[in-house]
Amino acid sequence: MSVKLMQGNEAIALGAIAAGCRFYAGYPITPSSEVAEVMARELPKVGGKFIQMEDEIASMAAIIGARVGGLKSMTATSGPGFSLMQENLGYAVMAEIPCVVVNVQRLGPSTGQPTAASQGDVMQARWGTHGDHPIIALSPISVSQAFDLTVKAFNLSEKYRTPVILLTDEIIGHMREPIELPDFTTVEKYEHVVTEPPETYKPYSNRTDVPPMAAFGRGYRYHITGLFHDEVGFPTQRLDEVEPWLERVNSKLERNPDDILLYQADYQPGARVAILSYGATARTARHAVKQMRARGEKVNLFTAYTLWPFPEKAVEALADSVERIIVPEMNLGQLALEVERVAGRRKVTRVNRANGEMVTPDMILAAMER
Amino acid sequence: MAEHILEAHSLTRQEAQIPREDWFEASETLQHLRKNKKFPTIWCSGCGLGVIMGALIRAIDHLGLQRDQVALVAGIGCTARMPVYLDFNTLHTTHGRALAFATGLKIARPDMKVIAIMGDGDALAIGGNHFIHAARRNIGITALVVNNAIYGMTGGQYSPTTPVGMRATTAPYGNVEPPFPICDLAIAAGASYVARSTAFHALELDKYLSEAISNDGFSLVEAVSYCHTTYGRINKLGTAAEMMRGLRDNSISKTAFDKLSPEEQQANTKIVRGVLHRKKRPEYTAIYDLIVQQQTHQEEIRLRNTGRH
Repeated sequence: MSVKLMQGNEAIALGAIAAGCRFYAGYPITPSSEVAEVMARELPKVGGKFIQMEDEIASMAAIIGARVGGLKSMTATSGPGFSLMQENLGYAVMAEIPCVVVNVQRLGPSTGQPTAASQGDVMQARWGTHGDHPIIALSPISVSQAFDLTVKAFNLSEKYRTPVILLTDEIIGHMREPIELPDFTTVEKYEHVVTEPPETYKPYSNRTDVPPMAAFGRGYRYHITGLFHDEVGFPTQRLDEVEPWLERVNSKLERNPDDILLYQADYQPGARVAILSYGATARTARHAVKQMRARGEKVNLFTAYTLWPFPEKAVEALADSVERIIVPEMNLGQLALEVERVAGRRKVTRVNRANGEMVTPDMILAAMER
Repeated sequence: MAEHILEAHSLTRQEAQIPREDWFEASETLQHLRKNKKFPTIWCSGCGLGVIMGALIRAIDHLGLQRDQVALVAGIGCTARMPVYLDFNTLHTTHGRALAFATGLKIARPDMKVIAIMGDGDALAIGGNHFIHAARRNIGITALVVNNAIYGMTGGQYSPTTPVGMRATTAPYGNVEPPFPICDLAIAAGASYVARSTAFHALELDKYLSEAISNDGFSLVEAVSYCHTTYGRINKLGTAAEMMRGLRDNSISKTAFDKLSPEEQQANTKIVRGVLHRKKRPEYTAIYDLIVQQQTHQEEIRLRNTGRH
């Protein structure tokens, strides 16, 4: 255990290495480039490989290719690059290839303001790729949690054979905080173990939520495709083969909420209002809550660390506990849509700022008066 | 098999040229086909892709490679369907991205033979960027580009290799764009082995593919083929057999080409077949591995000195 002062982006890179990431492919983009720089420096020291690809499309493809070859892999980017990754992100969902995609959000759309923070990609993280699909997105609120959630992202990605998006923002990415780094050898890592012999191995067996994944070149020769496929991986259009796949893949995350849905619910008995937030905005929310409580006002605070799948049950419970939920975000109202969907008749008050500046505690306090 | 018909003709099975019942098991190269996959292929009858697939499996077979050690990576299109029929580690990816996926795979497993199988549109239009950068890195991947000068699967749209003036569904008045010379592009970008042949010259193709797969670096084999279903029909080029004959009549070996006078070479419009380029260059994964070895070694020393080992 050692205490270090570092940026969120550095903590993400070190978290990845601690989690067993041994391949990184990326393309330079502000404000995420430090992740690539640390990976380029640190990966060879642990026998890992780094490559700077020709664009974000290739980066996403390369991390999938490397994971197929047996190396845990990651890429990091920001809005414009994240858009370019969407097609192959969908491929990873379809072919069930674990990988971690870091999006250090900046102000968009388009080139926008590359150095300004934003939470504008919440919906792109959920629905950016085409077609219906499951996805996991985690959002840290501190440098230390950036490390922890990166480790968690890798383990969830492996365990559920799905891409996991670490949806952070310029503030967390560039902020420096002290962090206690664990001994990397003690960090828990999820590893696939294939016990079936090659003759009977089914890489896409529908008999279990998540069939174990065999890497290429180890005696398990099979087919991986972005087409709908049967249990051994061959393309199929037969409904009796496609439907069990759809059922399994689209419900594999929902069936394991306790493992995937991370949040913190801080209730005060008698509170009539709650604040729900995530990412850098959660820090503002904490500040506002501290001020209110110091004045003797009661308020519930809900911090979501897992944004997708949306923690519906927990937010329903939150809604039941109060009359109103305030949702501050550095966008024009994205996660608020989900809160409104599950809040029933409770009032949802949006507090939005999408100009590159943080939501302030005063903005939240002012919303109380609305 | 209707034995009584053979009897009526007084023919033995051999005389009637009926294959042995165990013909599949008897052929070593056919063992590379996936028996659990339902044939026939999705390709139109008469397509050159079957011949090219045959050349590929003979090349792998000649090299005596273990099936586990070979990975076939493909993008999207008729050509990109080839891996599904073959019993190797097969990765059917997104349109244009075969080489980018293959790059990740090759870096993860430098010991494996990684072969990227693409059509002309896949490799050079949507995948053009990945094509030049894979060649520039000289990463140990073999790119097999089947060039039929058209998008076949989507119904015959013009591609980056459609000759000027030829028609396509999206060039109904003739193509106005000049084509990419695939081999020249690969050479300029840094490929260390570049060869070209055609679907007619199956054995030649098989030889070039063997050399390409053995080459320690980025290799390109351009297999010129045809699409009688779309390109041939739109341009009135005849049947598959006629187009196949066209490959024979409209191509010239590099040896013969080299003997031509400079004026004749200048005037040549035939496809030049042969090994067009061979150059020893450091292979990407081998060079990167030197960094890994150096850094892991220094890290060991550092950990020992700080007493953490």
